[in-house]
Amino acid sequence: MSSYTHHDESFYRKYIWSTDHKIIGLQYGFTALFFLLVGFTLMMIMRWQLAYPESPVPLVGSIFWEDGILLPEIYNSLGAMHGTIMIFLGIVPLAVGAFGNYLVPLQIGAPDMAFPKLNAASYWSYFVGGIIMMSSFFTAEGAARSGWTSYPPLSVIEVGQTLWLIGMIFLITSSLLGSINIITTIVQLRAPGMSWMRLPFFVWSQFVTSFLLVLAFPPLEAAAVLQLMDRVAGTSFFLPSGLVVSGEILNVSGGGSPLLWQHLFWFLAHPEVYVLILPAMGIVSEVIANNTRKPLWGYKSLVFAVVFLGFMSFIVWAHHMFITGMGTTMSAFFQTTTMIISIPSVIILSALFISLWGASIRFNTPMLFALAFLPMFGIGGLTGLPLGFAASDIYLHDTYYVIGHFHYVVAPGTIFGLFAGIYYWYPKMTGRQMNKFLGKLHFWPSLIFMNGIFMPMFIQGLAGVSRRLWDGGLEYAHASGVLQWNEFMSISAWLLGLAQLPFIFNVFYSMKFGEKVGKNPWDSTTLEWTAPSPPLPHVNFEKIPEVYREAYEYSVPGRKRDFTPQTVPKKG
Amino acid sequence: MDIPYTVEERSDTGLFNAKLGIWLFLASEVMLFGGLFSAYIFLRFGAPDGAFHEWGQELNIPLATLNTLILISSSVTMVMSWASLKLQDIKKYKLYMGLTLLCALGFLVIKYLEYTAKFDHHIFPSTNTFFAIYFTLTGLHGLHIIGGMIVLFYLWIPGRKMWESQPAQFTNRIEIAGLYWHFVDLVWIFLFPVLYLL
Repeated sequence: MSSYTHHDESFYRKYIWSTDHKIIGLQYGFTALFFLLVGFTLMMIMRWQLAYPESPVPLVGSIFWEDGILLPEIYNSLGAMHGTIMIFLGIVPLAVGAFGNYLVPLQIGAPDMAFPKLNAASYWSYFVGGIIMMSSFFTAEGAARSGWTSYPPLSVIEVGQTLWLIGMIFLITSSLLGSINIITTIVQLRAPGMSWMRLPFFVWSQFVTSFLLVLAFPPLEAAAVLQLMDRVAGTSFFLPSGLVVSGEILNVSGGGSPLLWQHLFWFLAHPEVYVLILPAMGIVSEVIANNTRKPLWGYKSLVFAVVFLGFMSFIVWAHHMFITGMGTTMSAFFQTTTMIISIPSVIILSALFISLWGASIRFNTPMLFALAFLPMFGIGGLTGLPLGFAASDIYLHDTYYVIGHFHYVVAPGTIFGLFAGIYYWYPKMTGRQMNKFLGKLHFWPSLIFMNGIFMPMFIQGLAGVSRRLWDGGLEYAHASGVLQWNEFMSISAWLLGLAQLPFIFNVFYSMKFGEKVGKNPWDSTTLEWTAPSPPLPHVNFEKIPEVYREAYEYSVPGRKRDFTPQTVPKKG
Repeated sequence: MDIPYTVEERSDTGLFNAKLGIWLFLASEVMLFGGLFSAYIFLRFGAPDGAFHEWGQELNIPLATLNTLILISSSVTMVMSWASLKLQDIKKYKLYMGLTLLCALGFLVIKYLEYTAKFDHHIFPSTNTFFAIYFTLTGLHGLHIIGGMIVLFYLWIPGRKMWESQPAQFTNRIEIAGLYWHFVDLVWIFLFPVLYLL
């Protein structure tokens, strides 16, 4: 197709309706970062109510609500939408849509994704899904308020859920198109010589992630369709007979089961956890290999671990449902698989830690974020073990302990990984470095305040404080000993917000004033660094590269330079 | 620089891009309908003994049998249209693709008759859980038929001019459209016994 490669495109064709994977990656990236900010802002508002219950929210309160007090139903909306926005509109699009799109073709030496038009369709479907989700705030009913998990019967009888479901169907479609594209690209478009075991680990992580998206999302789509039917067609897939709401028997046909939703939902949502974490692990691996100037320790174990992890993630979902009374046999099965799935995660984390051993580490901004990822994800992972055992989960279920656990995985875990990726590949995307001082000004406060928010959640959770309480547990006697932490956590959250300002400024400032760099500012081995910075529109490389080596030939004894790119032919 | 393997097969994988793409898409479709079928099983076990069988007596088995035959025929004509292109016979292609579309239309008409008959007897998705899952499954399947028809119609008339410029790629398109069509057919082969006969 000759029309595909011509270069003199109009502004709209080039930046808006683009089919170039790099532009689409950036579209995804900026949209997702925007949504991350929105989702975080919702939480900063909620934290006011938790720290100072029933006092007017400053700045925004008087604009939106009478008296400026955050009402319980709005609090529920903000909570549900915080989770939804962060996961489905923020992190997944950033990790898979932006990084996957931008880097996978570059790292395997392809001119573009396998299906460029599908790629654009994927972005726009995401965009429409995002618009629908956001617009639900402005409807008469307001946004969804049944938590991001949308458990029935609440989600079926509560207002605001219909738009959430329609938005989800768009987002699922987007993920589906995107992940089919990524898998096909990796299988079909690898450059000559790029065998499977020469792929950078980041590509492997995207490969497994995409399989999870292809296979795990459709059951949620099915569940969303069923819930939509419950809401608009009067069916009772999730509503049992004789359900009593506010003292009256609900007039529905009945016969359904709320547990059906939980099964279908968690069949997606557990693999989804790995969708969130694997791309970050991939990014961190690249950054660590590059900045330790050593090959990744145990590359093959990493690959097998990540494939095994992907497979196992499909048979652990019911560990979210230990308290539903599904029986000890089922619980025993799912807690066994849950303990097994922690093994590959530990392999990956250990391999990354061992990679640091004996290295002369370069402490630049991406490396700082990557290094912080390791212990932060470690805390998140280890605190998950008590939740994987039915006996201890029954006590901890639905407390702040759970919130602390998964936020350690995704906030200082995944999001730090994504920040590392942004700082690391920014020179490739723009041809300029990000400012180093601002980078450190972003990193250190973020690290401190992240822990300031999430560490006390373990304390509160162990004391038995439930999640999703509008007053933060004020009316419960058992919570009274740990409620003083609420103010501390809230102040940490607001300061964390403040700590993101240097980052936002840095992204735009460095585009114009950052230090100019060449093709390979980090002295890296992988293919994306052999393309110009930024890579050529639509074709990426001046010439499709040939690959002769494994991905991480750093500090090979006896060579002049401490890195050998994958494109350097082997002698003899 | 063109994207490689859009038409020809990559030697180490034996696939052209779209073929892998459609198989991945079908894998996700299996999971979508798999989710719904598991919902069916879940609801059937949750219903009173024999209730699902009893509620299912309302369905019109002869019409559904006819529909099964129509849909299988459409799969046959779909293969014939692809085979005609492989034999360079665009006229036969037009004929068989037209027949495929006709079968699809026939299927929808019969489905419409079934639906309206149910509505006339005041049977709706909200009647009971059997009809809830019946209307959801067959409705979603019907949407897949309609989506397939749009693509097939495009390939039948407006998209056909590609045959003159890129015959190999056009033939590939018919092949992957066919794979989708067979899948939709296959879903019905599962739906028919599960909903009408059990």
